[in-house]
Amino acid sequence: MPNMSLHKNPMPVQEPDVRNRNFNEVALGYTEEQAVDEAERCLNCKHKPCVSGCPVAIDIPAFIQKVKEKDFEAAYEVLNRSTSLPAVCGRVCPQETQCECKCVRGIKGEPVAIGRLERFVADYHMAHNTKDAQIPKPNGHKVAVIGAGPSGLTCAGDLAKLGYAVTVFEALHLAGGVLVYGIPQFRLPKEIVRKEIENLKAIGVKIETNMVIGKVLSIDELFENGYEAVFIGSGAGLPRFMKIPGENLKGVYSANEFLTRVNLMKAYQQGSNTPIQNARKVAVVGGGNVAMDAARCAKRLGAETVYIVYRRSEAEMPARLEEVEHAKEEGIIFKVLTNPTEITGDEHKFVNGMRCVKMELGEPDASGRRSPVEKKGSDFTLDVDCVIMSIGTSPNPLIRNTTKGLDTNRHGCIITEEETGLTSREGVYAGGDAVTGAATVILAMGAGKKAAQSIDEYIKNK
Amino acid sequence: MYKIVKKKSLNPTVSFMEIDAPFIAKKAEPGQFIILRVDENGERIPLTIADFDREKGTVTIIYQIVGATTKKLDSLNEGDSLQDFVGPLGVPSHTEGLKRVAVIGGGVGCAIAYPIAKKLHQSNAVVHSVVGFRTKDLVILEDEFAAVSDELIIKTDDGTYGTKGLVTDALKQLIERGEQYDEVIAIGPLVMMKFVARLTKEYGIKTTVSMNPIMIDGTGMCGGCRLTVGGETKFACVDGPDFDGHLVDFDEAMERSSMYRDFEKHHYEAACHLFDKA
Ligand SMILES: Cc1cc2nc3c(=O)[nH]c(=O)nc-3n(C[C@H](O)[C@H](O)[C@H](O)COP(=O)(O)OP(=O)(O)OC[C@H]3O[C@@H](n4cnc5c(N)ncnc54)[C@H](O)[C@@H]3O)c2cc1C
Ligand SMILES: Cc1cc2nc3c(=O)[nH]c(=O)nc-3n(C[C@H](O)[C@H](O)[C@H](O)COP(=O)(O)OP(=O)(O)OC[C@H]3O[C@@H](n4cnc5c(N)ncnc54)[C@H](O)[C@@H]3O)c2cc1C
Ligand code: SF4
Ligand code: SF4
Ligand code: FES
Ligand SMILES: [Mg+2]
Repeated sequence: MPNMSLHKNPMPVQEPDVRNRNFNEVALGYTEEQAVDEAERCLNCKHKPCVSGCPVAIDIPAFIQKVKEKDFEAAYEVLNRSTSLPAVCGRVCPQETQCECKCVRGIKGEPVAIGRLERFVADYHMAHNTKDAQIPKPNGHKVAVIGAGPSGLTCAGDLAKLGYAVTVFEALHLAGGVLVYGIPQFRLPKEIVRKEIENLKAIGVKIETNMVIGKVLSIDELFENGYEAVFIGSGAGLPRFMKIPGENLKGVYSANEFLTRVNLMKAYQQGSNTPIQNARKVAVVGGGNVAMDAARCAKRLGAETVYIVYRRSEAEMPARLEEVEHAKEEGIIFKVLTNPTEITGDEHKFVNGMRCVKMELGEPDASGRRSPVEKKGSDFTLDVDCVIMSIGTSPNPLIRNTTKGLDTNRHGCIITEEETGLTSREGVYAGGDAVTGAATVILAMGAGKKAAQSIDEYIKNK
Repeated sequence: MYKIVKKKSLNPTVSFMEIDAPFIAKKAEPGQFIILRVDENGERIPLTIADFDREKGTVTIIYQIVGATTKKLDSLNEGDSLQDFVGPLGVPSHTEGLKRVAVIGGGVGCAIAYPIAKKLHQSNAVVHSVVGFRTKDLVILEDEFAAVSDELIIKTDDGTYGTKGLVTDALKQLIERGEQYDEVIAIGPLVMMKFVARLTKEYGIKTTVSMNPIMIDGTGMCGGCRLTVGGETKFACVDGPDFDGHLVDFDEAMERSSMYRDFEKHHYEAACHLFDKA
């Protein structure tokens, strides 16, 4: 008899007033009992509607059945067939708009907590697995992957499993992409990313860090060096600024810079060699996941007051609901329908305030969202000493400018064939944020997977 | 890991290192830079490629010991290795078509200016070099500059070597003497570059400066290295580091470079304590 409770097993979390002062993981994960109890809520639907919501098509009911049977390693095997980073996806996937929104249990009550179960299984495997990885039989072909983010790592993992000799070239000193420089420790512990990457290395994936492709080697040179195909997973790129006065004052960061200092360069740890401002009052401009992460990091670094400043209303915020709720619980103050017009500085050119204007929602714009319009005479100043701009990114031109015949769209994103990930250059595939603009981990992984299949077919049929 | 194959001290505050980095040596051009981390928990700092040997596969850096990381870097010796060394980053300096050039170097900026002077000399341009230092003990690369310059003028602030005064004084004299330059290339402290640019603007001589804002990734990802050039925001690591000196907002750049002064001072003292004990 399935568990007919209308509610998910709640996720155990650190208390808000405790966690907003540390960088330890917020969500603590299910116990075995909770996991099995939650798995009992799954009806094992024949037509598997949930699977259609997962970009990498994990056989969700199959892994959940194994959880029910308490055969957690078998559950892991099911996950492993479709995803190479289950511990990551279980934590950061926007499940509520993907797999879980298709779950029949969600019609009346809450859907099955698919993400939480995925995380549980992946964590269980990490803690209990003692088997050495099976090294696939080499097939004698070489493939290069540019960028060690989720798209590149997935593509590399899938190709390695097929016997390809895969080398991942990563610009930074550490592999992981946004998983290591963007998403903070308290949402995705770096040890988890590191272990997932160790698993890839164990099956033969080579990772060369400190290799900026387009500078040290071009794509053409990769082909000259014997790589038969190339996958580009170089990510979303350069931060945007608002172009308002005062944006170059000291104390104005892009979210990328702020998060890179905190996460990749460990500025949150005592004695770190990389500096970060000791901000007292922080305004984060934007309403996405990135903005929530920046705000919550600022709070944890000791800021007394942290604002989210967003020009539309809360309903339009692109951030995951869970992240917004967590941020609010932690004391982040939301200033919605508010738009910055100028950042002001003191005589030493440090930020000392941000001029804002109130907005109201007008008619829906091209994106279907109601566009905000300024309310006349509603200016006010927020008392802040740090401003973090989190209003999006535009693609890095480095690869585009050094690769002849690689077509990009008017935004600078690489153009690919929907079905295969093939670019305008023979043998060159691309996926993830470099193609779509900033999106999600699982979409990037899905693109890496698809490209791996296409690359395999391309090389076999050459 | 990137091995230090040669190290020497050029003066009490400036050292030279040759690093084994064959990939970078193969591609490096004057005006480009690398980013390094000394050890596993180190910060990322940019240093210019002062020279390279494509055959040996080595890259030379010349750095001034100004703070914690350069101090830690200088505690390493031949045979030791650096954790990370990435490059060549930035856009190479434009030297094509230049026939008569004044190269102005200030302090450790001379290390950045030297490979450009050398390249110009190799392409048969007339090179007048003006290099300035605080005092005699700090003079570096004199022989190297002499070898690639048609005229070399050395200035010191206190007159202990060369002639007393600022590089701008010497440049002004050259211009007043009737020298016609296609371009002036100025590399050194921000104030020096600011005043060189101010001088050459009066005479309408195109001037290139090499900017050195605080960087992290060096790949255009963080925006921390942004500058205002001609009213537009530029990222020095991907758009530069060379810019038109008449368009750069130097005052803003000077302010931005002091962002972490307290933190840096504290870390430098801690590093001195650590390395000077030994
Ligand atoms: C702060 C933050 C929070 C986020 N939160 C979530 C979330 O909760 N859930 C979710 O699903 N998504 C989230 N996202 C989005 C998600 O992280 C991205 O969509 C995803 O990481 C994209 O993967 P990718 O492989 O395309 O690129 P990236 O992860 O950006 O990786 C690209 C890699 O390529 C490297 N690279 C770039 N250029 C070169 C070059 N020329 N040569 C060599 N290497 C290069 C980069 O250094 C980087 O390591 C978040 C993003 C950010 C910034
Ligand atoms: C493109 C470029 C090329 C450079 N080339 C050379 C060179 O060839 N030789 C040389 O001696 N120096 C060079 N520099 C400057 C060098 O990077 C700094 O001196 C070094 O980072 C100081 O680090 P520190 O920890 O020892 O000193 P700190 O005490 O931390 O800093 C001293 C000063 O150095 C600057 N600085 C600090 N951190 C950084 C950073 N991450 N990036 C850039 N500047 C920083 C700041 O102005 C700071 O006030 C270059 C800088 C850039 C951007
Ligand atoms: S990978 Fe993401 S979308 Fe797919 S099942 Fe897991 S949580 Fe759902
Ligand atoms: S739709 Fe929901 S209940 Fe049905 S199989 Fe998928 S997870 Fe289980
Ligand atoms: S150093 Fe980060 S963008 Fe230039
Ligand atoms: Mg430093």
